[in-house]
Amino acid sequence: MRIVILGCGRLGAYLARRFAQDGHEVIVIDRERQALEALGPDFPGETVVGMGIDAEVLRRAGIERADAFIAVTGYDNTNIMAAEVAREIFGVPRVITRLNDPLRAEIFQELGLKTVSPTALAVEAIRKCLEE
Amino acid sequence: MYLIIVGGGKVGYYLSKSLLAEGYEVLLIEKNPRRAAFLIDELGADHVWVGDGCDSSTFAQVGMNRADAVIAVTGDDEDNLVVCLLAKRKFNVPRTIARINNPRNAEIFARLGIDVTVSTTEIIQAQIERALPLRSLVHLLALRRGGIQLVEGKVAPGAPADGRALRELGIPADALVVMVVRGDQTFIPSGETILRAEDEILAVTTPQSEPVLRRLLLGA
Repeated sequence: MRIVILGCGRLGAYLARRFAQDGHEVIVIDRERQALEALGPDFPGETVVGMGIDAEVLRRAGIERADAFIAVTGYDNTNIMAAEVAREIFGVPRVITRLNDPLRAEIFQELGLKTVSPTALAVEAIRKCLEE
Repeated sequence: MYLIIVGGGKVGYYLSKSLLAEGYEVLLIEKNPRRAAFLIDELGADHVWVGDGCDSSTFAQVGMNRADAVIAVTGDDEDNLVVCLLAKRKFNVPRTIARINNPRNAEIFARLGIDVTVSTTEIIQAQIERALPLRSLVHLLALRRGGIQLVEGKVAPGAPADGRALRELGIPADALVVMVVRGDQTFIPSGETILRAEDEILAVTTPQSEPVLRRLLLGA
């Protein structure tokens, strides 16, 4: 699969290395060159420096040929906008968005985005621990 | 008419003030409490809501579902998009208007269903082009899709268009001169119309053909 990942923080970098290990073609976008360096010199995928809400930058990352797009910057609204652009403008078949705000994640899920909220997942996990 | 404005910076503040003066029902949403305190002093507590404009619980509390229009004017394009998407898709607000900073976002916002975008960068650029006698065509209006522009320019003395019929100019197929203003006369030209220096031209063109049109009309 050709996977474009937006945001090379802890989650983005981990996902990128993991998918590359699994043999996927991975392209990582971040606005900071330094963040991309965290992938290490042996990272087999591609990197692109730029703003993920800019359609030009997404095009440079080859979004038109992508099978999946994953938006995991630290900013919910950036992730939503990038995901909408990937889905509606470029027609990427699988688009996944990380949203810290569980409420926003719920709403945009209703509106058709595939959203993952680490906050909601952590709350669930912690509740389970307490119930054990 | 109930208008909700999101983003209490300079644009949001002055916009609220003038819309209130026009007699509209206005609610300005600002998330920074310190900024909001200033806005409450200036506009009155009835017209300011302290909260995150991207948060749907804020939206429910301010009666978003009865708003006639939502106007998002924060400094970040992505925040303005999310506000308008929520208003449009979740609360069925009939008109959504977003300020954009990157003019290239205009097309994206339109395709995502935002009704109107206002690009401050483009407005300022157009004003500057009007004010300065630059050798360029003034962009009057971007027609939604496909990047087609309505442009204005004045035929320069000695330019290829000066003294020649439109038909002979070799204007590209995706550009069209739609109006000529000559002194106090205004007319729609035909292929036989002979242009003269100082004629003011209105034309529609794609971005690709604009340089050709500019060279023919302005000679530069």
